[in-house]
Amino acid sequence: MDVIFEYKQILIEGTLVTISLAVLSLLLSIALGLMGAYAKLSPKRGVRRAGELYTLFVRSVPDLVLMMLIFYGGQTLMSQVGALTGLWGYIDINQFMAGVLTLGFIFGAYMSETFRGAILAVPSGQIEAAKAVGMTPSQVFRIVTWPQMVRFALPSFTNNWLVLVKSTALVSVIGLHDLVWNAFTAGRSTHMLFSFMIAVMVIYLIITGLSDVILRAVDRKYAAGVRKA
Amino acid sequence: MNAVSTSADTNVSLGVNDLHKSFGTHEVLKGVSLEAREGDVISLLGSSGSGKSTLLRCVNMLETPTSGEISVHGEVIKMTQDRGGIARPADPRQVERIRARLAMVFQSFNLWSHMTVMENVIAGLIHVLKQSRAEAIENAKEVLERVGMYERRDYYPAHISGGQQQRAAIARALAMEPEVMLFDEPTSALDPELVGEVLKVIRSLAEEGRTMLVVTHEMAFARDVSSNVIFLHQGLIEEQGVPKQMFTDPKSARLKEFLSNTRH
Repeated sequence: MDVIFEYKQILIEGTLVTISLAVLSLLLSIALGLMGAYAKLSPKRGVRRAGELYTLFVRSVPDLVLMMLIFYGGQTLMSQVGALTGLWGYIDINQFMAGVLTLGFIFGAYMSETFRGAILAVPSGQIEAAKAVGMTPSQVFRIVTWPQMVRFALPSFTNNWLVLVKSTALVSVIGLHDLVWNAFTAGRSTHMLFSFMIAVMVIYLIITGLSDVILRAVDRKYAAGVRKA
Repeated sequence: MNAVSTSADTNVSLGVNDLHKSFGTHEVLKGVSLEAREGDVISLLGSSGSGKSTLLRCVNMLETPTSGEISVHGEVIKMTQDRGGIARPADPRQVERIRARLAMVFQSFNLWSHMTVMENVIAGLIHVLKQSRAEAIENAKEVLERVGMYERRDYYPAHISGGQQQRAAIARALAMEPEVMLFDEPTSALDPELVGEVLKVIRSLAEEGRTMLVVTHEMAFARDVSSNVIFLHQGLIEEQGVPKQMFTDPKSARLKEFLSNTRH
């Protein structure tokens, strides 16, 4: 126990990396998820197909493989695109960026399913009423669709978030110094891997517990006007 | 009340010219023209499937007409075609602007369920008409009092009756100070004992000279309140005229049959 306390700095640093990785990936996944959801609901067949392919692709390819592809291949791809367009020179895709891009891309696909269902759960008449007073599509979304779809999306969104937090551990494979990588390194060098993994477990449980508190608050905020059963 | 070409007559609040609408291969509207002058209260009658609701929904582009022309005070909604030859509005901003001038009241109220009655009324004022919050609340107070819903302003739609929801929805429409109000079977989803309170409100709006287009099954309302009645049958105007003549001396066999099948 004392040893772990000695190494607390490295564990805290790892935890911060894990949390920022998870939060940034979440934001990217929300953006991609909304785009994916609206693509899947598009009246245009080609757009709909693209949205479905996105989910199918992510479901088919192992997360780890995608991450390696983006980390090792992304660098080359970005450089070539940059050279071709002349828009940028060298862009460094580090482990953190690769992690955010990969996790955001993967969970964007899951979020798109979550959001698609939630958008469909908002009564279409209320969308029509918003259009009928002259709101623009973005106003319809901000004022009517979003505040109501959050409540429908939340259970599945929560699930996605918790899985995402756990999936951040994958980035230790490409060498990002996240919680798992730091604890693993410390555990090996002190020959106390088991204790360190227990510490990691507890930290993940705390992150999850905090998420639960926050998401409950979100649920209460967006429950306005819902008749209590 | 006659078929018009694109009239620049500014007394014409709403012009519909040779409107066609198909869903797939099924043609719901087969060329409908009408004109609402300022202060006209036009009732649209017809059996289900006659196209009356579709006509109303085409007027504010909730349905895109296959062909034909809609104009509001002489401003024609510009249409174009996409690559597949399907008609669509040329300028979405114009459609939004025109929708704000044509308020709609729906059969199923369609109040936004996460907002209180007050919030429902001020949303359009703040976000579409760009009024300040204080100004919007002031205006909302007036229309909510008008429909007898000011005391219930802080209720959510789920906590009030259907009649109250519809009156709130009318207040939401009215607050926009529309040039034309569109009513899509406003009492059809209500329990019979709640129909009266809603009709009373609509009737008072008609009496103060608002221009209205009303799809309705309420024969007494059509007969007593409207200035003109249009009877639609299978996507065409079968007969139109002033209510007295339409109800006492219908010309077409269809209208005769329709009236005899409807209690009034």
